[in-house]
Amino acid sequence: MGLTLAEKIIARAARRDSVSPGEIVTCAVDLAMMHDSGGPRRVKPILERLNAKVWDIEKVVVVTDHYVPAVDAESAAILDLTRKWCAKNGVGNFYDMQGICHVVLPERGHLRPGMFVVGGDSHSPTGGAFGCFMFGVGATDMAGVLVTGEIWIRVPGTIRIDINGTLADGVSAKDIILHLCGRLGMGGGAYQVVQYTGDTIVGLSMTERMTLTNMAAELGAQAGLIAPDETTAANIRDAGGSPGDLSVWHGDADASYRATHAVDATQLGPHVAAPHSPANSAPVADHAGQAIQQAYIGACTGAKLEDLHMAARVLKGRGVASGVRLLIAPASTRITATAAADGTLSALTEAGAILMPTGCGACAGFGAGVLAEDEVCISSTARNFKGRMGAPSSRVYLASPYTVAASAIVGRIADPRDLLDGNT
Amino acid sequence: MRKITTGKVWVFGDDIDTDVLAPGIYMKGPFEELARHCLEAVDPDFASNVAHGDVIVAGANFGIGSSREQAAQALKHLGVSTLVATSFGGIFFRNALNVGMVAVVSSNAHRIAPGDNITVDAATGIIKNHTQNEAYACDALPPQLLAMVQDGGLVPHLEKKLTQSNKKDVG
Repeated sequence: MGLTLAEKIIARAARRDSVSPGEIVTCAVDLAMMHDSGGPRRVKPILERLNAKVWDIEKVVVVTDHYVPAVDAESAAILDLTRKWCAKNGVGNFYDMQGICHVVLPERGHLRPGMFVVGGDSHSPTGGAFGCFMFGVGATDMAGVLVTGEIWIRVPGTIRIDINGTLADGVSAKDIILHLCGRLGMGGGAYQVVQYTGDTIVGLSMTERMTLTNMAAELGAQAGLIAPDETTAANIRDAGGSPGDLSVWHGDADASYRATHAVDATQLGPHVAAPHSPANSAPVADHAGQAIQQAYIGACTGAKLEDLHMAARVLKGRGVASGVRLLIAPASTRITATAAADGTLSALTEAGAILMPTGCGACAGFGAGVLAEDEVCISSTARNFKGRMGAPSSRVYLASPYTVAASAIVGRIADPRDLLDGNT
Repeated sequence: MRKITTGKVWVFGDDIDTDVLAPGIYMKGPFEELARHCLEAVDPDFASNVAHGDVIVAGANFGIGSSREQAAQALKHLGVSTLVATSFGGIFFRNALNVGMVAVVSSNAHRIAPGDNITVDAATGIIKNHTQNEAYACDALPPQLLAMVQDGGLVPHLEKKLTQSNKKDVG
């Protein structure tokens, strides 16, 4: 019996020839990523209690993204602790206020196919777009990794999502994953690997692939995965990394999959997930006309360069509706710089968008831009749990950057296909 | 290796997420304050009424969402000893075991009612409902995880292992 891509990576990390779903194995970790919220402030006391040192500081990446920029004494203290811990422990890979961890990691060339990576954040499956087995862990698990360089996992099976056909203009990876959340539910991933295959995937940019693997978390998967190809290799080289030998990191032809779901991309239109679950997703027409007070383009899921380009295609030459605030928080400082150079930021701000600092921001209710009681927001982020973005009675609809931008112009949830490139 | 817990049951439904267990707005403040708001969006009285040793029985996807360990820690801090659910969010399940709580999957979770007194044997995979005089199957925890929970979680477990290996080094 052949192995899936995930099984090959796990077997390599477990120093085994092969592994089977259900087995518990101990894996050597190639890279451990932490952020300011779940990182040093939580692992420091554990390391002190154990009187232990970090196993390999070169394999640690720390990013500040949750509490940046500091808005009060508590968030400032958390950032201060993070900086001091990184300095004291000699963390060379420390990215302070440079962007959101899941975007910074590949942007700075830290990921390559075949790696076994843990991240101290639930959207860690994002890294799977680069052919890594990457999953999220809590602070105690992370401390265990920092001390031992290892972690146990129950080998997951792989659920294949086979996506074929060309997406219509104004429809994006976000619409694919919202469709899948509605179809499979938040438990549909069953803490297995969700691997995306098919010609649609081959044609997608790395940014769009990252949206799919990022929200494998919302399918309840342990990891999202896309087999590496020339697009992956080119992106890694551009980031200053080395892609290595790609031919190794593919599933065998006779590998066994737990399930396969087919998606016809040509049939997909824009999707919107209603409060309070990504699984409440439906075609945009079902919610068109819903009044909004805030539109948010931000977070690891929805504020990468291509996401900003999508928003700009809708917003250029138009204006945000009266009574609506459009907040945009680019996912990294490099993205902000590129979007400034290529004219995207001016298209957004001239339309009335308010540019926010880079960081996780309002997505998890940590930063600026949170919602008041009963307010309605449409957001390009990944989660719309009750109270996540602010007051308990606030309501969040999830959608693509196209749809968020279109809704900001109309003042109500709207189909972006009617509003691309200055069409009226 | 045995791990048997007994307690009074609180019942919750499907899709109880980490933002409900550990609301984001309290994440940077004192942990005790965060714990006081655990589950308040679905049951405002839970945190003040839950007692030491109590058991949570829930439906599908308990603890889905964020990796924030505070979601599990808040429950432990409030005294919850054991979690039984139809299914768990994957990261939350690891976190619960790592902080030393018993967490078991059971397709019979729906048969347990609020206030029931139950005993969970995580080693054999048997739940005894003393109130309804019934017994159900649950997934047993594998020995290595049971050993960790028995030690009180991953940190004391590592502490024990590190002490043992230091002794070996000296010897």
